[in-house]
Amino acid sequence: MTDPMIAIHALEKSYGIYKALHAVSLDVAPGEFFSLLGPSGCGKTTLLRSIAGFETPSAGDIRIDGESVIGKAPNQRPTNMVFQNYAIFPHLSVAENVAYGLKRLKLSPSEEKRRVSEALDQVRLGSYGERRAQQLSGGQRQRVALARALVLRPKVLLLDEPLSALDKKLREEMQVELRALQRAVGITFVLVTHDQYEALALSDRIAVMFAGRVAQIATPKEIYQHPQSREVAAFLGGMNFLSGRILNETATSLSVEAGRFGTVAATKPAGFTRTGETTALGIRPERLRILWEPQDTPHQITGTVVDRDYFGETTHLRIRAEGLDEPLSVIETNSFGADDLPRGATVQLAYDPEAFVALAD
Amino acid sequence: MKGTPFLFKGGWLTLYIVLILSFLYLPIALIPLFSFNNAAAVAFPLSGFTLRWYDALWGNKEMLRAALNSLLVGIIVACLSTLLGILAARALTRYRFPGKRAATAFLSAPLFLPEIIVAVSLLTIILSVGLTPSLVAVALGQTIFCLPYSMSVLVAGFEGMDRSLEEASRDLGETAAGTFRRVTLPLVAPAIVSSLIVSFTVSLDEFILAFFLAGTEPTLPVYIWGQLRFAAKLPSVLALGSLMLLASILLITLAESVRRRAERRLEQQVLL
Ligand SMILES: Nc1ncnc2c1ncn2[C@@H]1O[C@H](COP(=O)(O)OP(=O)(O)O)[C@@H](O)[C@H]1O
Ligand SMILES: [Mg+2]
Repeated sequence: MTDPMIAIHALEKSYGIYKALHAVSLDVAPGEFFSLLGPSGCGKTTLLRSIAGFETPSAGDIRIDGESVIGKAPNQRPTNMVFQNYAIFPHLSVAENVAYGLKRLKLSPSEEKRRVSEALDQVRLGSYGERRAQQLSGGQRQRVALARALVLRPKVLLLDEPLSALDKKLREEMQVELRALQRAVGITFVLVTHDQYEALALSDRIAVMFAGRVAQIATPKEIYQHPQSREVAAFLGGMNFLSGRILNETATSLSVEAGRFGTVAATKPAGFTRTGETTALGIRPERLRILWEPQDTPHQITGTVVDRDYFGETTHLRIRAEGLDEPLSVIETNSFGADDLPRGATVQLAYDPEAFVALAD
Repeated sequence: MKGTPFLFKGGWLTLYIVLILSFLYLPIALIPLFSFNNAAAVAFPLSGFTLRWYDALWGNKEMLRAALNSLLVGIIVACLSTLLGILAARALTRYRFPGKRAATAFLSAPLFLPEIIVAVSLLTIILSVGLTPSLVAVALGQTIFCLPYSMSVLVAGFEGMDRSLEEASRDLGETAAGTFRRVTLPLVAPAIVSSLIVSFTVSLDEFILAFFLAGTEPTLPVYIWGQLRFAAKLPSVLALGSLMLLASILLITLAESVRRRAERRLEQQVLL
């Protein structure tokens, strides 16, 4: 692996007796789109602000491009930040906002102008240079904040929930743009978000955080398919939790006797340690399929629809199966008539016996 | 039927307000009235319109000197109290430190201190260290009393400014001093202007400290006090008083409109 752009080692941050970060260690590769994902209050902003230089860590080290930045002021770090509220200077025009950091580089006026208009074009605000901050919509302010940071060509761009203030449609558009922009400029991005879909859609890798600790770092697909713990699994999308008796264990998987589901093979997450004869198991709602035609497969169970929610392209069903305490969550696309299933209907659910994951508690 | 008692009550309330307001402002209104009255005696009936009392002010060297003194003291007080106010307001709004509440209380205490006590103690100190009363002493004394006004205006100004703007500036490579100059100052400028005007106005009208500490150089209020002994000069004093009244009203209106404009600008920012 190439040398990391950001290397965080055993970082701690305390506010008085409250510990906001517990021994956080992670590496971010050059050019990577890295996300910090977790519920509100888990320490994402604190971590991001520590990288930017606005919080002084209580212990640990942060290296950017090989150099420790501990003790350096924000203006001495090769990072720039897009603030959650964008922090556009209200007394300056859009172009003056973008030129703010360039002023210190003492460029020639024509060179400065060229870089400002290049940056504004990059975020598709080419004709907005003369506007005042008050005349911009939320989405436009966000672009100004991006242009203002990117024009300085930082090694790392830090983004604190940059999309959370936008409405849903604009947010989805900006996600696509943000990803395209990151590919175009090739700068390392560190994004803070509490929205798992945003993190999954944008990131090369995600660090999931809970209560000041990093719970798992992996690619979006790995995190979604192979969450290491029950907590991570529950935070990223729905999950049906079961338990089963371990029959056999290999280096990568477990063979588990899972009650009505029979004997299934569960992927073993990294760092899984067996605590006894039983283990928690999970299967994602979309990995359970309704059988519309009777099929002769042993991997099916019978259940009754107890509840359903219509989402347009999909229907989320709650199906009670005999022998299980909790109803199962099932997500079906609406191509075959899942939206017409009445409550109380009896259905056959098929599953792939390899689609289970073992979960540490 | 139901409306009548309410209306009745409203009627008494209106009367009460009218009485209070006339009690407060009628005497003040009499000052400009008699300053245009063509008679040396300040008494009804009025005897015709004149500008001669105002004319007389122009040729009055003593009065002009007092006006100049007032202007000088006012400018010094405005600058000092605003400068100290900026430092205090910034500390109070940006930092958490032990004794913050006590500091706030001490800084606003002059509002409730008897001015005469402060005047006497300042005079005692000045004399005991071998200095003589002077306009500088007046300016320093008045600054103590203007500081609470400056501070309340400036604290509001600093609180209205989003802290992340200063952080954004640091993040974009600017130093702490550069950030203060390029972001903080322009954004709290309306509050600074407001503070300058308010403290200047307070200084302009201040009497007790000026009376005790001015020595041989009177400010306008002290000059007016001196003139009151001569009945013949009363109309002239009224003309001067009217001008000072006008200046105070204009200045306070200006300060208030600057403050409102700034407030609107901040509101717009929050709305978007
Ligand atoms: N300046 C501060 N003083 C005290 N506690 C703080 C401060 N900043 C953050 N915290 C606490 O640290 C925790 C993590 O905050 P934060 O990093 O903002 O979380 P997130 O961005 O994940 O929502 C929260 O419980 C918050 O209350
Ligand atoms: Mg946050």
